[in-house]
Amino acid sequence: MTPISAASTWIRGSTRVWSRNFESWKDFAAASLVGTLAEPLLTLFAIGFGLGRLVEPIGGQSYVAFLAPGLLASTAMTASAFETTFGSFTRLTEQGTYEAIVRTPISVGEVVAGDILWGASKSVLGAGFVLVLMWVLGLTATPFSVGTLPMAFLVGLMFGALGMAYTALAPSYAFFNYFFTLVITVMYLFSGVFFPLEGLPRWAVGAAWCLPLTHAVIVIRALAAGELHSFLLVHLAIVAAFTALAFPLATRLIRRRLIK
Amino acid sequence: MEHRADGTVAPGLRPPAVAGPLVVARGLSKTYATEPVVDGIDFEVEQGECLGFLGPNGAGKTTTINMISCFVRLGGGSLEVFGHSVDRAEREIKRRLGVVTQENNLDPDLSVVGNLVVFGRYFGLPRAERRRRAADLLEFLQLADKRDDHIRTLSGGMRRRLTLARALMSSPELLILDEPTTGLDPQARHVVWQKLRALKRAGVTMILTTHYMEEAERLCDRLLIMDHGKVLARGTPAGLIEEHIGSEVIECFPGRGVEGPAMRALVEAAEHVERAGDEVYAFFRDPRAARALLPHLGEVDFVHRRATLEDVFLRLTGRELRE
Repeated sequence: MTPISAASTWIRGSTRVWSRNFESWKDFAAASLVGTLAEPLLTLFAIGFGLGRLVEPIGGQSYVAFLAPGLLASTAMTASAFETTFGSFTRLTEQGTYEAIVRTPISVGEVVAGDILWGASKSVLGAGFVLVLMWVLGLTATPFSVGTLPMAFLVGLMFGALGMAYTALAPSYAFFNYFFTLVITVMYLFSGVFFPLEGLPRWAVGAAWCLPLTHAVIVIRALAAGELHSFLLVHLAIVAAFTALAFPLATRLIRRRLIK
Repeated sequence: MEHRADGTVAPGLRPPAVAGPLVVARGLSKTYATEPVVDGIDFEVEQGECLGFLGPNGAGKTTTINMISCFVRLGGGSLEVFGHSVDRAEREIKRRLGVVTQENNLDPDLSVVGNLVVFGRYFGLPRAERRRRAADLLEFLQLADKRDDHIRTLSGGMRRRLTLARALMSSPELLILDEPTTGLDPQARHVVWQKLRALKRAGVTMILTTHYMEEAERLCDRLLIMDHGKVLARGTPAGLIEEHIGSEVIECFPGRGVEGPAMRALVEAAEHVERAGDEVYAFFRDPRAARALLPHLGEVDFVHRRATLEDVFLRLTGRELRE
């Protein structure tokens, strides 16, 4: 098989898994959307507008305008992380969906990719909603803000793949508490979503830089402000590198768990 | 071979695309940790036949068929399916197989017809064909009126039939069934058997595992009796009974009279005697010898019957519990 035909088989396979997820999602899309969309909306109002009244403008921006792109990034993170943990774990264990699919011509790698792509699609959906809010509320006014969506997709792939790798190792649902408390919540609170990293002690900035979401937040915030500079490529490369490492890791771990 | 489904003929089957046996296993083995689960077995599956793997729990049946369907990696030996080695042509083999697993893994997020249509897409079937085949198969498996229902509202028998329909979506050349009727009530079991026989008449090659003797006798042309990862015996159901047991059995529940003259005569006349608890099984090759004894059994409670596959099975695999 040539690399090109292998790639096209892989894309076809993962698309079929993606459409299985879409097919099963569209019947209860409304309920699922409330979960994805309500959280950033409520946070934006409570923290952004409510608490934001007490906060001085940051770099000439109102607090809510500072917060919104951060929430766009964290929404992208949570949407796919949820999908590839609770969702994928259910399909892997209770429902036997993965087993049923890998007995067809679809490979384990394509199942994993299909689920991660599905998670990333939900990230784009959530991020898109936040972006529309930002437009409507006048929190961004640059055409570069559209670039936050492909960035949200990349964030979705990264956390989707991390979630999937964790899922492959999780013995039960209870173990997702570790993942969400120690990984997702830490990222949510300390990646510069709620407060700027500038001016923090060096060690704190260093620690934040170890969190992959930090780099995504920096890129997304720059896109929303329309202030692009070449150093963003470094942040982008870090997010891409995390994704590129997590993806094959997730595939390998799921294969090890599924195929004896 | 395309039929409109009417409950007796199977819809849309594909004639095998290779000559010769569809599966050839030589020295096939699989070890988990240090435990050999399948221990160097040889077999082949000929086109159009139904081959049954019969054995107690833990015999290695499921592992064997999972290696054929590329769900368990080849442990040792060689295994060719459709002329391809399982460790080199996974995708090609899976494209041509239909698998009914033991566990229910229907997609609970999709409707009945959704399960079929989405499954067909995994095989890359075009949309129109998926819809048409799904409709035909729902008809064939008597599920047409459940078309839009949710999976969790289906009974066990319906789920099993839907799993069978799903396995047939891709018109497989070889159908693999892992305990297809385990857990079903008698009515549901008979419906599944009837459908499998219809598929067999239509020329579908099948491999099934079971621990129901009746299922093995009704459906299988040939049987492999397995235990502890090894093949203990192989042959047609009738041939196995003839070879290992003979023709008739007298089962006695002696109670009093256990050491009486009638029992002694029985034990002497039988070719083989087995005791399990307080029951005595006397096996006869010559039916006349068995019948001649009956009038003399007097006070002993007994059942006189034809030898069955179950007798063969218990003879070969022993009577102790497997849990």
